Amino acid sequence: MTGKTLYDKIWDAHVAHEAEDGTCLLYIDRHLVHEVTSPQAFEGLRMAGRQVRAPEKTIAVPDHNVPTTAGREDPSNMTEDSRIQVAALDTNAKEFGIHYYPVTDIRQGIVHIVGPEQGWTLPGMTVVCGDSHTATHGAFGALAHGIGTSEVEHVLATQTLIQKKSKNMKVEITGKLMPGVTAKDITLAVIGETGTAGGTGYVIEYCGEAIRDLSMEGRMTVCNMAIEGGARAGLIAPDEKTFDYVMGRPHAPKGAQWEAALIWWKTLFTDEDAEFDKVVTLKGEDIAPVVTWGTSPEDVLPITDVVPSPEDFQGGKVDAARRSLEYMGLVPGTPLSDVSIDAVFIGSCTNGRIEDLRAAAEIVKGKKIAEGVRGMVVPGSGLVRAQAEEEGLSEIFEAAGFEWRLAGCSMCLAMNPDQLAPQERCASTSNRNFEGRQGFRGRTHLMSPAMAAAAAISGKLTDVREVM
Amino acid sequence: MDKFTTLTGIAAPMPLINVDTDMIIPKQFLKTIKRSGLGVNLFDEMRYDSEGNEVEDFVLNKPAYREAQILVAGDNFGCGSSREHAPWAIKDFGISCVIAPSFADIFFNNCFKNGILPIALPQEEVDKLMDDAERGSNAIITVDLESQTITGPDGGTISFEVDAFKKHCLLNGLDDIGLTLEKVASIDTFEEQASQARPWV
Repeated sequence: MTGKTLYDKIWDAHVAHEAEDGTCLLYIDRHLVHEVTSPQAFEGLRMAGRQVRAPEKTIAVPDHNVPTTAGREDPSNMTEDSRIQVAALDTNAKEFGIHYYPVTDIRQGIVHIVGPEQGWTLPGMTVVCGDSHTATHGAFGALAHGIGTSEVEHVLATQTLIQKKSKNMKVEITGKLMPGVTAKDITLAVIGETGTAGGTGYVIEYCGEAIRDLSMEGRMTVCNMAIEGGARAGLIAPDEKTFDYVMGRPHAPKGAQWEAALIWWKTLFTDEDAEFDKVVTLKGEDIAPVVTWGTSPEDVLPITDVVPSPEDFQGGKVDAARRSLEYMGLVPGTPLSDVSIDAVFIGSCTNGRIEDLRAAAEIVKGKKIAEGVRGMVVPGSGLVRAQAEEEGLSEIFEAAGFEWRLAGCSMCLAMNPDQLAPQERCASTSNRNFEGRQGFRGRTHLMSPAMAAAAAISGKLTDVREVM
Repeated sequence: MDKFTTLTGIAAPMPLINVDTDMIIPKQFLKTIKRSGLGVNLFDEMRYDSEGNEVEDFVLNKPAYREAQILVAGDNFGCGSSREHAPWAIKDFGISCVIAPSFADIFFNNCFKNGILPIALPQEEVDKLMDDAERGSNAIITVDLESQTITGPDGGTISFEVDAFKKHCLLNGLDDIGLTLEKVASIDTFEEQASQARPWV
């Protein structure tokens, strides 16, 4: 018998029931909930007279809708539809007795930043949320993925999900990264290589020296975008860095339970003789600082490259590229570093953690945002914000001309007042460059926090290595 | 949930790859606390201009496809977010079947929870159905879930694969939660064993 992958091990530890055809009930250890994808699920429970089966394993936080400006605790500062959704979460959290971090709580923030920060996310767990970027939690060696609202209701009622097992895919990043190259460049480069459907049907395990060398923040950035490559989840085996990050967090185990947990966590790795259904290998030293040029996360190129031509592609991608270039207002052959920007967004569940803000501040320090460019820094949680202020990062950003905001999803998906205007072009640390994602007709270029900071200073897409 | 047994209707062609959930239903329409009423905003930013007028050459605005019940699309349909508002909008518009070479995982699952049948077929078969769909209101296609076949306007049939459990639920309009609760004893047992093995969870 061959060995098990990390995914196999976590899966096997959570199967509560298996039918003959392989359909399983997978037990869910943590259920994260936000205001946009949950109201209909709670309403469904109410109509059927059902309770939340495990309220102690269910954690709610408003993040998608909430404004990131001062005074937001006053509901009258929200649009009516946003106010209704946030109020619904508030009511549902109280009525069903689940953990809740309202905007008045310093621990509030983006659900995928709050979970790890509070120690809700632990190695070997199953974690779900009605949000595709739940993949983030895979950085801890937790099997974590997004679900739809019907499944949110299913988990609330049964603490399980009906699932069939995915296939195993290995993404190995060998060797070291070059200076100026970050976790964001890794994850974008992988999607550039595999395409946005390359991971469909798989759970990805990221491994290799360059992944091991990443901090927990960097690993979360990598796993966060596993969904952008189509994968159900991304995983990284836990190690000493993971255990150090988790230890002492409010909901992490303590004392004898910590010791017991550690024994199990240390078995969570892929056995040497385990087999993967698909393997992708990139050399760390081949990865350059990258940006996206189109409207799909697979539209990735090194910053030193030029805007491609539709004829560079094949099949359906030819028309898709033509449509993307028209939407993005880009001319084939233009050096990417000649593309001027109007806005910079630093934040999101991909890059709204303290390390991201440090990397951006490092580039920005002592400089000013280019004339005519608006910049926004949105910490991923109230605690990230407090830490950044303590470290003096907020002063650096504000002195440079950035707006220093309160925690939330903000301009990553523009369900709140933070939006691009039509045709406005943004250097963004978020995760999706879809049409209209950051605002109607807005134009998004995805990149790392350091690259976004460099773009803010020069007013155009910029190779961060030139300003380091 | 609505049952899905057989469907005979107009198929609309959307030969675009990577149709994402932001295209299907843009974020401003996610601020609802209901499941219904989203059909009017399906593909909103492609379907209407900035003044809210219909874009004439968008497929679902063309007279022949306004009543479409089937959508034939490009690779990786439904990529992006987990928003179930995407299948809600599709269903509310009146479309109950989407045919494409491949689907994004979460969207694919969400369809089955809402009485929508997503069918993945090899590219050449999708190409053929896309040609059929280009014939406008003559593009009548029949999808039979029981026999797992699609019959085109010329009478030719194509077989498709579907997970047996998902098929059973769709054919009978079964509610997942009700089915799972029949196995509550297994969940109870698992929970008790897991709390012994991993008490820190």
